[in-house]
Amino acid sequence: MIVESASGRWEPVIGIEVHVELETKSKMFCGCTVDTEAEPNTNVCPVCLALPGALPVINERAIEWIARIGLALGCTVTPDTVFSRKNYFYADIPKGYQISQFDLPVCADGHLDIEVDGVASRVGIERAHMEEDTAKSQHAGDGGRIHTATSTLVDFNRAGVPLVEIVSRPDMHTGAQARAYAQALRQVVLALDVSDAKLEEGSMRFDANVSVRPEGEPELGTKVEVKNMNSFRSLERAVDHEISRQIAHIESGGTVIQETRHWDEADGRTHGMRTKEGSSDYRYFTEPDLPPMHLDEDWVAPIRAALPELPEARAARYRQMGLEAGAADVLAPASPRARELFESAVGAGGDPRQVANWLVQDVTAWLRKADTDLEATPLSAGHLVELGRLVDDGKLSSSAAVMVLGHVLAGDGAPAGVAEANDLIQISDAGALESAIDEIIAANPEEWERYVGGEQKLTGFFVGQVMRVTQGKADPKLVSQILRDKA
Amino acid sequence: MSAADLSIGGARAALDAGDLSAVELADAVLDRASATEAQLHAYLLIDHEGARAAAVAADEAIAAGTAGPLTGIPIALKDNMVTEGVETTCASQILAGWEPPYDGTAVAKLKQSGAVIVGKTNLDEFAMGSSTENSAFGTSRNPWDTDRVPGGSSGGSAVSVAVGSALGAFGSDTGGSIRQPAALTGTVGFKPTYGLVSRYGLIAFASSLDQIGPFARDVDDALTLFEAVAGHDPMDSTSWDGAVPDARPTLDAGPEGLRVGVVEEMNGEGADPQVLARYREVLSALESAGATLVDVSMPSIAHPVSTYYLIAPAEASANLARFDGIRYGHRADGETVEELMARTRGEGFGPEVIRRILLGTYALSAGYYDAFYGQAQKVRTLAIQDFERAYEQVDVIAAPTSPTTAFKIGERSENPLAMYLSDVFTIPSNLSGHPAISVPAGTDDAGLPIGFQLLAPALGEPVLFRAAKAVESLMGVSARPRLEEVAG
Ligand SMILES: [Zn+2]
Repeated sequence: MIVESASGRWEPVIGIEVHVELETKSKMFCGCTVDTEAEPNTNVCPVCLALPGALPVINERAIEWIARIGLALGCTVTPDTVFSRKNYFYADIPKGYQISQFDLPVCADGHLDIEVDGVASRVGIERAHMEEDTAKSQHAGDGGRIHTATSTLVDFNRAGVPLVEIVSRPDMHTGAQARAYAQALRQVVLALDVSDAKLEEGSMRFDANVSVRPEGEPELGTKVEVKNMNSFRSLERAVDHEISRQIAHIESGGTVIQETRHWDEADGRTHGMRTKEGSSDYRYFTEPDLPPMHLDEDWVAPIRAALPELPEARAARYRQMGLEAGAADVLAPASPRARELFESAVGAGGDPRQVANWLVQDVTAWLRKADTDLEATPLSAGHLVELGRLVDDGKLSSSAAVMVLGHVLAGDGAPAGVAEANDLIQISDAGALESAIDEIIAANPEEWERYVGGEQKLTGFFVGQVMRVTQGKADPKLVSQILRDKA
Repeated sequence: MSAADLSIGGARAALDAGDLSAVELADAVLDRASATEAQLHAYLLIDHEGARAAAVAADEAIAAGTAGPLTGIPIALKDNMVTEGVETTCASQILAGWEPPYDGTAVAKLKQSGAVIVGKTNLDEFAMGSSTENSAFGTSRNPWDTDRVPGGSSGGSAVSVAVGSALGAFGSDTGGSIRQPAALTGTVGFKPTYGLVSRYGLIAFASSLDQIGPFARDVDDALTLFEAVAGHDPMDSTSWDGAVPDARPTLDAGPEGLRVGVVEEMNGEGADPQVLARYREVLSALESAGATLVDVSMPSIAHPVSTYYLIAPAEASANLARFDGIRYGHRADGETVEELMARTRGEGFGPEVIRRILLGTYALSAGYYDAFYGQAQKVRTLAIQDFERAYEQVDVIAAPTSPTTAFKIGERSENPLAMYLSDVFTIPSNLSGHPAISVPAGTDDAGLPIGFQLLAPALGEPVLFRAAKAVESLMGVSARPRLEEVAG
């Protein structure tokens, strides 16, 4: 939380603004299909092109979905809310204003719990408001950079796509926390099934507000808005870099100015933009084309009731079932199929830790290697239970179980059959092995004498003999163990 | 008498009886336009081909027995109503040449009803003005005296109805832009309750004030035109989603028993003495015919013009931001996108539009919002409350429409404030969103028309039309301007 530097101790303060594109069927204020990857300017109409005379109509589904997000984050839904016009000129803004929200966001006052290196903290959510996305500009000409462009092309497919802006309180202090917050938020959004939240495609985007202040100083420092982070890793790096930059700047006698800085992934630094910032006045006023929305408890209640279990709550439940924190945190936000397999297998008597470890580690590794999805495999909860029983009964070693799992995933059949067919059933019955070992000792008294006398290399000889007698199905570790016990 | 001089009701009867064909009627109206346009410039565009095609289709519908009230009736549209494939300019250089890819809802309804759209009429650029002098394409002239303005902003529509280059017309009323030109041209002009006519496809000036409404030669026709375009529209979220109040059954109920409010703050003070005299004359006539006059006070509407000139320009400053040269209309060159936009707007907008955009931008700016726009909205709320209190005592409110008769071209163009005061009696109903109508009430000594205005509460169209029809019956339908003076 505190950064020590040559000149003293500094407290970085970080707030994050996240934009999430909702994957509703139609846009926020018109009937156009939401598909930003379509041929440019094919999903457009008079409304989202801002033709003269066109008027917006609220997409009620989007309002339901932002309420879902807000409720999942513990926010209050504002019972009487309005849209406002945010006025500014840009080629990406067809109306010359963006329909957004100002003093009455749909959702306010929530929180999201995060954990970094085992330390939990709570990040306040100031608000989540509804707005519309902008069009996409493409600068044609040398290198696609704005300052060398000879022309600009505008694709309005994205104009008017429902956009939720979630503003955190300045409750974070490290890049790692910023990253954990963004990741946790993404898991919530995915669990709610309201957006694909793809960072690389821009359906989830984040900006960080970073400032530093001397330790103990109650006033916040001047904040800098850092943009252009396209991955969680770059968010963390950008924030940490900006913290160091500000401290170094102050230490060298400089003053942090309020500005927007762009993160450059390649050189690992933030760069100030030539801007006339600080004076931006969006001249917000209530959108006269849209009536106020009344989102009373009768409207909210069914949405709240239909909220799915969120990753955080699910992970806690999984931990209570005995999972290690690591497995619980991976499994809780995993694909619905993985969770369904886990919960059904456990429900049918499977051991939670064992089933979770298979799913989280071995199945995941197999799927990655085979480049396929869980849904494409025949793996069932019954298989997992059966496999667990084979291991518990000592019929399969843990490594053999993983091999069996691979065969099951590949569609070779159910675990017992696969284990038989591949001759993987092991003799891990110590009693059965012991008699075999006794016979071998009796047949090789000299070697036994030398083994007992400390000649370790003879372990291999005895294990080999046992494996020969059992046709390779003995558990070698168990054999060594019995030999040691007898010596 | 030419078919162009018929009322809509008269034309309907002739069309249905087979005494007149829609094509003959369209030709008569187009001939009238040919004869008068050089002098009057009511139209920015006359759609000869479209009108004839619609007239042919109308005759077929009439023959097939599927005609409605407006089938075959030649109608003019203010050029801020979006018409598919027909140039729509708002009388602004910034939209010159723009052919919309869609019809506004009111336009679509009119086409559906079989109306014959004659063309697009002149207006003050973006409906900002009270004379049509702010049109980028020349001033329309008043057929009663061609040295005078026809009023505005819907001046072209008013003129077309006054001279018969249309039988009815539509305009938009943001602060009086239908009622004031109606008063100045001797026509009936009606602003419906906000929300009764869809604004989808009406190029916005001030969204919370704009309302489409008709011009007609008599009250019956105005109601017919209104009925054709009224009704809920899912494309306009501010559209009224209940039933449109039916004014027909009580239209001829007469003035007896009507409680007519005379508002202390709207009683004609500051108006021309002849306008005032005529206003009082109509009030007396109503009283003699059995109406009761009731004095009411509405202190919050004492300064409607200042309230209006904060709200309307503020909304306009945002509504007109879309004219940036990127997607349609005029585009100036620029080294950067910002420069392109700034030059496009500087070149494309006329001085009054720029004045109002600046005024509105200022009123919304941080630090000024509370003092200006915020305060104006509060006054607006109070004004609505004043109206509601008044309507506990009265059925309708009476007021002059315009403080003066038609003024000379150029007389007020250098003095925006004097121009803004043209709307002092009409603005209150825009602020309240209530319906209001101007009906002809004779002329002054110079032979210029005077209008008498009636106001009613929200959805009070039935009582408003009843009172308007009563005034019309008492004062007589307006005479027509003498055509020999305006025909070329
Ligand atoms: Zn659209």
